[in-house]
Amino acid sequence: MVATVFDVKNLTKVYRSGDVEIHALRGVNMRLREGEMTVLLGPSGSGKSTLLNILGGLDTATSGTATFRDMVLTDMDERELNLYRRDHVGFVFQFYNLIPSLSAEENVSLVTEIAPNPMSPREALDIVGLGERLSHFPSQLSGGEQQRVAIARAIAKRPEVLLCDEPTGALDSKTGVRVLEALAQVNEELGTTTALITHNAAVRAIGHRVFQFGDGKIVQTRANRKRLKPAQVTW
Amino acid sequence: MRPLDRKLIRDFRRLSGQALAIALVMAAGVATLILAVGAYRSLEETRSAYYERYRFADIFASATRAPTHLKQRILQIPGVAAVETRIAEFALLDVAGMVQPATGMAISLPDHRDVTLNRLFVRRGRLPQAGRVDEVAVDESFANAHDMDIAATFSAILNGRKRALRVVGIALSPEFIYALGPGDVIPDPKRFGVMWMSQKSLEAIFDLDGAFNSVSVKLLRNTDEAETIKRLDDLLERYGGSGAYGRKDQQSHAFIDAELKQLQGMARVIPPIFLAVSAFLINMTLMRLIALEREQIGLLKALGYWRRTIVAHYLKLVVVIAGGGILIGFAAGTLLGQGLTRLYGDFFHFPFLIFQRNPDIYVIAAAISLAAAVAGALRALYSVLTQPPAVAMSPPAPIRYRHLGLEHTALFRHVTQLTMMALRHMIRFPVRTGLTILGVAMSVSLLIVALFSLDSIEYMIDATFFRADRQDATITFVDERPLSVMQAVERLPGVLRAEPFRSVPVRLRHGHLHRKIAISGKPPETDLSRVLDLNLQPVILPEAGLVLSEHVANELNVRPGQRLEVEVLEGRRAKLSLPVSQIIQTYLGMAVYMDNAALSEILDESVQVSGAHIAYDGAATEELFEAVKNLPAVSAIALQKTSLARFRETLAQTIYIMTTVYIALSGVIAFGVVYNSARIQLSERSREFASLRVLGFTRNEVSRVMFTELATLVLLAIPLGYLIGYGFASVVVKSFESDLYRMPFVIAPSTYAVASIVVLIAAGFSALMVHRRINRLDLVSALKTRE
Repeated sequence: MVATVFDVKNLTKVYRSGDVEIHALRGVNMRLREGEMTVLLGPSGSGKSTLLNILGGLDTATSGTATFRDMVLTDMDERELNLYRRDHVGFVFQFYNLIPSLSAEENVSLVTEIAPNPMSPREALDIVGLGERLSHFPSQLSGGEQQRVAIARAIAKRPEVLLCDEPTGALDSKTGVRVLEALAQVNEELGTTTALITHNAAVRAIGHRVFQFGDGKIVQTRANRKRLKPAQVTW
Repeated sequence: MRPLDRKLIRDFRRLSGQALAIALVMAAGVATLILAVGAYRSLEETRSAYYERYRFADIFASATRAPTHLKQRILQIPGVAAVETRIAEFALLDVAGMVQPATGMAISLPDHRDVTLNRLFVRRGRLPQAGRVDEVAVDESFANAHDMDIAATFSAILNGRKRALRVVGIALSPEFIYALGPGDVIPDPKRFGVMWMSQKSLEAIFDLDGAFNSVSVKLLRNTDEAETIKRLDDLLERYGGSGAYGRKDQQSHAFIDAELKQLQGMARVIPPIFLAVSAFLINMTLMRLIALEREQIGLLKALGYWRRTIVAHYLKLVVVIAGGGILIGFAAGTLLGQGLTRLYGDFFHFPFLIFQRNPDIYVIAAAISLAAAVAGALRALYSVLTQPPAVAMSPPAPIRYRHLGLEHTALFRHVTQLTMMALRHMIRFPVRTGLTILGVAMSVSLLIVALFSLDSIEYMIDATFFRADRQDATITFVDERPLSVMQAVERLPGVLRAEPFRSVPVRLRHGHLHRKIAISGKPPETDLSRVLDLNLQPVILPEAGLVLSEHVANELNVRPGQRLEVEVLEGRRAKLSLPVSQIIQTYLGMAVYMDNAALSEILDESVQVSGAHIAYDGAATEELFEAVKNLPAVSAIALQKTSLARFRETLAQTIYIMTTVYIALSGVIAFGVVYNSARIQLSERSREFASLRVLGFTRNEVSRVMFTELATLVLLAIPLGYLIGYGFASVVVKSFESDLYRMPFVIAPSTYAVASIVVLIAAGFSALMVHRRINRLDLVSALKTRE
């Protein structure tokens, strides 16, 4: 029996914008298992980013529960969520969110300085194939390279989960594939539970399971009987 | 409303904190300009209206006894418009309810006609009648200090005889706008008063029938004052004339001149600092706004908006901010200006105050401030003009940072990445960093300028009251007495010690430079009233030669060893040449000292004394004062401790108010600069900060990046501010220098400390306000946007 990492029950999220209520999540139930790579698919506004943000401790739910192992995320206060992010979660974003004033290596050190059991920044960058570009600043790197630095930064602390929101969204197909390869490699070699948001349907084939979102709910869950390697994916 | 204007309103609302900070700095510039110029004009206008309406004289002179018919000959000097002759004598006053004796100046008023020069403004009552020996009009400040009204009585020792006097009028004179008693350092209306009496009465009292001892002269326009003074001196020479002088050496006039000079200095130095800082803040803020709205600007251009329309849009924002600052400045400047003018009203004695509120200064202040604001905006507006729309609409290239080149040194081994972020950011924008440091440094320097005057004054008080003039009181005799009078002084009740002094009016000449001055003759070694050298060590007066204060030596451009021509202005009016033996330090007046024995020798007379410095037993004060009040030989008494207390009281009224204003103004600059700098950092780096938060850094850790940068800026600014402040302070010391007083240049360590603390508090306060914004950072949206 594979352990459950995330357990989400009847999760809802309502944003209030002026007089308008936006139901971003309308009762989501899901489980993510240890070591699993899941793909969250769906059109924009379907609720996948909101869910990921709640799982990552960046946002809070309106009702329902989300647990990470034995920690109830939906009961935690701001401080506890911060510690949770610091110790357990790695993030990768569409726009990389690197610190422009720090070099590649320093961007990774940023995390290793505060993590309890990190790998060395060099090691993390080697994993994503950037061991040669340690001292480059973000402005000296291509988009794909920047995203791989972001992945190195996310994995350097040996997180238990890796949450990726449109990591290939700003990249062309060829560079996007290299980024996906890096993610798949981390998932396989380190066994990091990975959730990956995309609205690129071609990417779905690299995950163990695919959750299809629509209008704040999961409309379909599917397990890939045959996973593709990132290199086999194009868009 | 057009959409761009709607955008303007929203931009303004969003930037309101920064806009307010900038507006306040600008307001401080406008306010100080209006304050200084307004107070200057009010004071100047009030004084000149007073002078004109009450016919303030141009030249003043005194003699021992000049015949009344000399007036006709004075009138015949070319350029003389009017002459008033009179009797003026010091007198010791005994006022009921006051233990200490006061000093009065009795001045005669012509009988049966109005006085033509230095006319009196009669506030209440009337002037004394001809020949009524018991009637006096007293000056208003003296009357107020003693709660005297018409019919009040007091007594005065006039020419050795104690007389009861009755107040019939309360008046003011343009001669005594600033009325300083003999030997006093600050006006004390309780202890010094002017009283006007009938000419006939004073002639009788002082045995000056058909004679005068004081003369005032009014000149026609464009008359050569120096020439007239020379001719007047020639006329008065045989009658004991002690040298005529113009308005510039008239005490009351000179003090107001010194005050006017200070206001002028303030108007020239302080407003430009504020306006320059606000121009810089506008530059910084607008550059950032335009960088943020780069895509919108590109879009507007793509949509077909004229470039001038877009530039005008941003210019409007600048004008709104500047307009706010100007209006706040108008209000604050007008209020402060009125306050200051009223303070002058208390300090200087005017019968009326003219508030000068010409619109021109408001127009000028507004125009200068607006120009500074627009100048600050130019660089940013230029970038709006030049961005091609296509480039503007694509995202900006990422900011290029550089390695510091020190990362691998031992110094940086323990530097965290968060600190590195702060350091690299500062170095990436060197001009902005430099100007921010300069702005904060300006605030530090203003504080030093505001606070150091207290240090200097404390130092001056210590030097003057505790090291040099350590006597408890100084009494002045009606006229010169033989040295034997000292035995009588020592016998006065409670007197512990007494030292004689002699005062001889002279004209000192060195080349073409000359000054009218009094030489003070003293015993060579004194213990009460001491002469101090430039290091404030006591000096033993040499057997021959003059000891000059530094200021007199500078004025006459003379050094020790050189000789001065000395023209004695009394007695047989000897003309001599004397060597300068030493230069010494005094902060008040124009001091020249000489061994009294040597002085008597050159005057060819036996040793005479003009008065005595005394130390007395505090327990016997009342008996001593009672005895002095009845001493016919004494014409004036100065009390050191009372003077000092009064001095401090006046300081509290004036300098402390100004210091508070300066501290507030400096706080505004420090707050404005640091707050803007922090807000811009936050705007540029909110995505970075949100990323850090997402990575698991706490709010405090994220804030620390910004605080590290702000703290580094402030800590670099503080020593720079010390340097600039030191420079400003030395300019202020120079500008204060006058014949009346000089300021020692002293900046106490506590001044540096207080300046630093005020700036740190202002910076800390602005950092806290921005910290609150970091706490409210929206993590999710910061990650979604591309910048």
